[in-house]
Amino acid sequence: MSAQAVLFDAPGPKARRRHLILTILGILLAIGVVGAFVWRLYDTAQLEPQLWTPFLQASTWTQYLLPGLWSTLQAALVSVVFAIVFGLIFGMGRLSQIKPLRWACGVVVEFFRAVPVLLMMTFLFFFMARNVGMPGATASFWAVVIGLTLYNGSVIAELVRSGVHQLPKGQGEAGLAVGLTPAQTLRSIQLPQALTAMLPALMSQLVVILKDSALGTAITYPELIAAARQLGSRHGNVIAAYLVVGLIFVLINWLLTIAAGRVEQFINRRGHTAAPAKTATSALVQGGGAPGEFGANIADAVEEEVDDWRERHPRGRRAADE
Amino acid sequence: MLDILARYDIVGAFWMTIQLSFWAALGSLVLGTILAIMRVSPVAVLQKLGALYVNVARNTPLTLILVFCVLGAFYILQLSLAPASAPLRTQIFLWAIVGLSLYHAAFVCEALRSGVNTVPVGQAEAARAIGLTFTQSLSQVILPQAFRGAIAPLGSVLIALIKNTTVASIIGSQEASAMMKTIIENETGSMVVFFIFALGFVILTLPIGVGFTELSRRLAVKR
Repeated sequence: MSAQAVLFDAPGPKARRRHLILTILGILLAIGVVGAFVWRLYDTAQLEPQLWTPFLQASTWTQYLLPGLWSTLQAALVSVVFAIVFGLIFGMGRLSQIKPLRWACGVVVEFFRAVPVLLMMTFLFFFMARNVGMPGATASFWAVVIGLTLYNGSVIAELVRSGVHQLPKGQGEAGLAVGLTPAQTLRSIQLPQALTAMLPALMSQLVVILKDSALGTAITYPELIAAARQLGSRHGNVIAAYLVVGLIFVLINWLLTIAAGRVEQFINRRGHTAAPAKTATSALVQGGGAPGEFGANIADAVEEEVDDWRERHPRGRRAADE
Repeated sequence: MLDILARYDIVGAFWMTIQLSFWAALGSLVLGTILAIMRVSPVAVLQKLGALYVNVARNTPLTLILVFCVLGAFYILQLSLAPASAPLRTQIFLWAIVGLSLYHAAFVCEALRSGVNTVPVGQAEAARAIGLTFTQSLSQVILPQAFRGAIAPLGSVLIALIKNTTVASIIGSQEASAMMKTIIENETGSMVVFFIFALGFVILTLPIGVGFTELSRRLAVKR
């Protein structure tokens, strides 16, 4: 169901003429914005060929951009592994039978979701470099990794919790009925299904991590944006370097988003889970931005979405509940 | 500890955070609404343009956008948002707002669009069937439901925006995280300093989260 179908009737001749006018206006608007930007670049001599030819040289890539990209990817990949571990531990903690444990995990998760990632990174960097006495390069790497882990781990913990809550009640009841303890039920019945269902959302979280690793530039971590700045100061082509780096980020993240969408379709079609896969491109993950995209109401948003899904797929619901 | 903190204008730094959040929220709401209208319009070109903007903006790190705004647009392209006589502080403040707005507009757009998508197609069909005109069905049936559906995601975007104002410290804005950095650099890197600033952000974001959740629950459309 598309928004257009809700909002608009099939167009008549008058409406079609109006659409044509809007189409032309839209094209003019796009040409105007891009044109103004390019004109400004030209006006300030940013389109000179010598500013752009460095990107054709191998040394630009091997000395600046690829090492920068590698640092970005390194920080992101290490963080995603840690974040999943953190998320699983605290997500399970929040589902625990023991009230104090549940409560404590809740406080930790909510705290780290509410604190800006950059604030954590800055503090961790100075703390580790000065109070612990780590060398600067190590400190900046671990500050980035820990900052990303704490924040994204908390988000994943919340995904785990809501993922288990989304499962049909019968799954947990069946586990208890065959004599498993609550903990065993969680581990061997609910979690595997919840994890399958949250796989697309997890992949989208990778986009968030990748983007947030760029914050490392504030604490001297040599990631892609820092590399672009160095490149820019060497060739005097800051604008060109930033535009190219932006393009790299957009491409990688775009591919990740598309992949997440595919996985979601695949799981919804034939995944081994009683819960619907959470839309990778839902409001939550669209929040897929820098520090702390979604606030306190992630669970509600997920629930709403799943209710929607159930409504739209009545058969899936019956099959799941039976 | 307290005497160190008393020497710094922590409240002033948080006031800066609040100002950045307020203006950027306003800016992204305006731009995001325009984008959302483009994306739900029946005109294919406008849809594509809106989608392109959203995909580019939300896949670019905010850090890059802000750095580009100040280093690229302001210093190199010499695009000035304030009269040339204005102090650098003002220029950075204005560019930070522009950068934050450009980035979060994509998320506002998606939040609004997801609100429209919560309205079942039957509602629109029913509205047309009883003879409401386009304007009537839009204002009486669809938009009231769409706005209610958009409240929760908009709240999330606002919270994210408040936290993301810290990124403006990278381009030299004197907000809370820049203040924390100064204190840690000059005085002490103790946990207490971090917790005070973290608490500041919890205080700023928690009521908004609770408020929006409550609002979206109270206004939820029973279906």
